[in-house]
Amino acid sequence: MQEIGSAKLIEIYTTMVRIRAFEERALLEYRKGLPGFIHSSIGQEAVPAAVCAFLRADDYVLSTHRGHGHIIGKGARFDRMMAELFAKETGYCKGKGGSMHIAAIDRNILGATGVVGDGIPIATGVALGCKMRKLDRVVACFFGDGATSTGAFHEGVGLAAIWDLPVVFVCENNQYALSTPIKTYTKLKDLSDRAKSYGIPGVTVDGNDAMAVAEVARKAIENARQSRGPTLIIGNTYRYYGHSAGDPGTAYRTKEEVEKWKKLDPIRRLRGELLQKKILTEPELEAIVTNTEKELDEAVKFAADSPQPNIEEALKDIYYIAEGK
Amino acid sequence: MREITIREALQEALREEMRRDATVFIMGEDVAEFGGVYKITLGLVSEFGPERVRNTPLAECAIVGAALGAALVGMRPIAEIMYSDFSPIAMEQIFNQVAKIRYMTGGMVKVPLVIRMPAGGGMSAGPHHSQTWEALYAHIPGLKVVMPSTPYDAKGLLKSSIRDDNPVIFIETKKLYGQKGMVPEEEYLVPLGKAKVRREGSDVTIVAVGRMINRALVVAETLEKEEISAEVIDPRTLIPLDEDAIVNSVRKTGRMLIVHEACKTGGFGAEIAARIADKAFDSLDAPIKRLGTLDCPIPFNPRLEDYVIPNEHDIWAAALELMGREFKEYSGERAVEAAAR
Repeated sequence: MQEIGSAKLIEIYTTMVRIRAFEERALLEYRKGLPGFIHSSIGQEAVPAAVCAFLRADDYVLSTHRGHGHIIGKGARFDRMMAELFAKETGYCKGKGGSMHIAAIDRNILGATGVVGDGIPIATGVALGCKMRKLDRVVACFFGDGATSTGAFHEGVGLAAIWDLPVVFVCENNQYALSTPIKTYTKLKDLSDRAKSYGIPGVTVDGNDAMAVAEVARKAIENARQSRGPTLIIGNTYRYYGHSAGDPGTAYRTKEEVEKWKKLDPIRRLRGELLQKKILTEPELEAIVTNTEKELDEAVKFAADSPQPNIEEALKDIYYIAEGK
Repeated sequence: MREITIREALQEALREEMRRDATVFIMGEDVAEFGGVYKITLGLVSEFGPERVRNTPLAECAIVGAALGAALVGMRPIAEIMYSDFSPIAMEQIFNQVAKIRYMTGGMVKVPLVIRMPAGGGMSAGPHHSQTWEALYAHIPGLKVVMPSTPYDAKGLLKSSIRDDNPVIFIETKKLYGQKGMVPEEEYLVPLGKAKVRREGSDVTIVAVGRMINRALVVAETLEKEEISAEVIDPRTLIPLDEDAIVNSVRKTGRMLIVHEACKTGGFGAEIAARIADKAFDSLDAPIKRLGTLDCPIPFNPRLEDYVIPNEHDIWAAALELMGREFKEYSGERAVEAAAR
């Protein structure tokens, strides 16, 4: 097995730190009074960070309602993300999407969906378009364990499989579909068993072990790029907070369970590896956090200072209207 | 000009657009060698190959979702849903993704996607193969809804729909697939959003869609014998709607009847009626009348089916009532309809 290089590990670590810091800040701002819903993925950072580390700039990402991590992993800017959360005209979607629908087309982030599972058949189609246009691009489609119960998952993965499309299906299994524990909604002990029914590889990995996810992701992305078809990756992980900002997450989970997972924290684990392997020093690790916080300060200021969209924006972008019409 | 069927007109539109633009492709159930259950895509796979005429599994959600995905990266997919009755399986994608993704991304993407679906009854196909749902799609902002009734319009509107950078729900009336009409040899387009006055008249405006147009036209001939002059308008596209054409007609006639094959409650006729009440109330000499399929599933029994879907007798009676005439039995022809198989 090929080692994951130091530079890649630093990149993954930095992305994880950035995801967590962004979400902690977003939650803080949310409590001060941002509109709408916000779903944090804190605790789950290893999967998006490690998968995105092996995507090229022109590869595509489809995300979910719990999607900040995927978007940050693919290189979206903090300021425009934060502005979208603030519902400002400088946001990625001009304030019309919000946390649940951030897309950054200039980074080939094709958007997030508020309806669980919907991105899966779309990702299949993006991969189909790439294949038909001979674009040499790969699609990473993220979703949660809850999505594996949907018809969209079954139909979308099945279609990608029969056409050998360049897509990687990445499931962050955080053990709950909102409040419903996985063992109550599926008989499967291992969600990657579902891949068998589509005739594609399915791999389950410790989703809190960034290096393990990186190994699996690299291989799956490479397979997709070499026209060997899709892979289903299940990363077992956990969200520390509730389903959304309004849910403390205590009605269906014990304190002990949350604490058990926190001991497996993906950021602390990779940090330990980086120190042990002498890839980074304590001050260097600290600098990543400091730089991220500084960038977030600027992003929040940018978002807060940005103007509200004009009221006319409500009726724009419904249809594409050609120039001069 | 030559006379061809709507089925042939649709085939020509698909073939011409696929020749013109290599990004146009078709995906759906049994669309390749089999040519689709109504044979609209017949022969295309031999010219364009299985890459561009793609048979899919029985998975409408994936057909539409994947077509959307391909559209986002520069393709121009045409998704065929075997029967419009099966489109609810894909409705989640259509309502929440296809219609909204441009808006949700702040206008950063275009969705050049056509979703074709045969609709309508008259074939004893029963409750799951006979429905007409243009009103459902017209209700969702972000979609365009097209519903042709002649070979000329079918070809010109399908070509325009394929070239449109917005998602188009293209509703084909099964019972009209075999209908003939004159179509030019040379290329032409019919723009979306322009109604067609199919018959000029001065006493009553009849707005009809799909196969109701033919019924309205034959009734109009019989009304003429009663010295009632009916104007018959085919909106051709419901979204965008050529509201001016309808308003102007009602300003002239002072009376309006709307006929569609979709169920009456919540049908698109209600929308047209409301707009006329809003825009041309002062021109009305009588209350607006609507005819739609009675609010029931489409029955299998041919006699029951004919009873629940608006027919010539219903249109006749409604027109007489609008004109304040005594009721008398309809003595005219029934419209000739020719399904494709």
